Amino acid sequence: MELAAEFLLDPLRSGIGRRALLEVTLLGAVCGPLAFWIVSERLSYAAESLAHGLLPGLVVAALAGLPLLLGAGGGVLVGAALIAAAGRDERVGPETATGVVVTGMLGLGALLALAPETPQRLEELLFGDPLGVSDADLVAALVLAVAGAATLAGLHRPLSVVALDPSGAAALGVRLTLVRLALLGLLAVAVAVAVQGLGNLLVLAVLLAPAVAVRRHASTVRGSMLAAGALAVAGGVAGIYASFQLGSAAGASVALALSVAALGGAWLPTKRR
Amino acid sequence: MSAGVRADGLAAGYGGRQVLRDVSFELEHGRTLCVLGPNGGGKTTLFKTLVGELPPLRGTVEVDGRPAYVAQTERTRLDFPVGALDVALMGSLPHGRWWLPPRAADRRAAEDALERVGLSRKAGARFGELSGGQRQRVLLARALVQDARVLLLDEPLAGVDPASAERIAALFGELREEGRSLLVSTHDVESARRFDLVVCLNRRQLAFGPPREVLDRATLEATYGREMIILEDGGPARAVTVQHHEH
Repeated sequence: MELAAEFLLDPLRSGIGRRALLEVTLLGAVCGPLAFWIVSERLSYAAESLAHGLLPGLVVAALAGLPLLLGAGGGVLVGAALIAAAGRDERVGPETATGVVVTGMLGLGALLALAPETPQRLEELLFGDPLGVSDADLVAALVLAVAGAATLAGLHRPLSVVALDPSGAAALGVRLTLVRLALLGLLAVAVAVAVQGLGNLLVLAVLLAPAVAVRRHASTVRGSMLAAGALAVAGGVAGIYASFQLGSAAGASVALALSVAALGGAWLPTKRR
Repeated sequence: MSAGVRADGLAAGYGGRQVLRDVSFELEHGRTLCVLGPNGGGKTTLFKTLVGELPPLRGTVEVDGRPAYVAQTERTRLDFPVGALDVALMGSLPHGRWWLPPRAADRRAAEDALERVGLSRKAGARFGELSGGQRQRVLLARALVQDARVLLLDEPLAGVDPASAERIAALFGELREEGRSLLVSTHDVESARRFDLVVCLNRRQLAFGPPREVLDRATLEATYGREMIILEDGGPARAVTVQHHEH
């Protein structure tokens, strides 16, 4: 009993632990529902590309001493513009163009980060560190949670139309491209905010895994969103506790906990039929 | 506007690549038009242009109001977790306030529409778990909620059970009586005879007019080419088409 209480209280005793728990809770609450839409709209590849493509922006911001959020925003814009430009060449095609641009961006980011005059921060940018979040990061996560919830609530009906029947969307006055762009915009902001806690490579876990975990088990859109949010929070909290008890890297522990949940959700038999 | 739909010298396609040309027809309110042609003949392209999703490459189209469009149900995503009533409710989106939850009046309209297609008992059922014919009827209910003057239906009877087909055919009659214009695409020559007008497409418009004038052997052969077998039994030209389904 005492051991269990000790286990539960341990991370809460330090400011670092409390902040990390708050960060993963805020991020999970918004990224879980967002993950449901990313997977429903078949935008997983775009999500991955976006997350990895903004690395040079992060590195430049870290070098210049600017807020990482600013760097992430710039990185997203440059990456999106390059992908759009390269994808226009029909001989290449959008998927290949995205692959080439994203690999190029990732390489450029690593090159900048590994230059001798760069401070040792590449690891943090790639893998994140929820134990190192500042008050400003928490404020950013809170703003993201509120703005993200409002955006998803406002876009709920157009998103549903596009997810169910993209070919019928135009006749219902729903602009497919605009809806997808809005979702990708929210995703870009989410990546920019979550990258501090989870890193450029691991952030994908919270933006895809919750949706995969609940996909076969929830029977309504609202249920799926709520379950994905709850699962993302639970995965984040579990990762932080694991990191405290096992001394493992916090960001990686969160990503692993979420991936295990996704695996479990995909593997567990469904209740229905 | 006196006509429901009017096309004049229309050419249409994707990204500047023309897949359909020479389309000219007019459909008055309260009339039905069968859009006949093989797969890849331009039926869906014509509908996308009428909906406004594709701009005309040449010529003009006029549609009275925003048309309702019922796509083939196999193009819908069956793993998306929505109920039949939710889908019918999507028909109220063009009425404004898309950023807010549906109103009580929208909900009533959706319930009425489901009743009209004979599915009020399935309102809570998950869309992806209904039969093909029931899903088609739910999409029709969505079009009813939209309350459009012009309805475009893409192969609504393909792969549909006989009970659903009967229900859908009866509904077409009702909608026509209400003064709405119906454009129904099909590759089934025999069902084309039940419409007021037929337009034959195979990458261009080959004929337009009442079925008895249009559905002759020469036109059908031009429309379907080698994909058709003409049945010779002394009466009017009867044809069976050999379909290769595209996915």
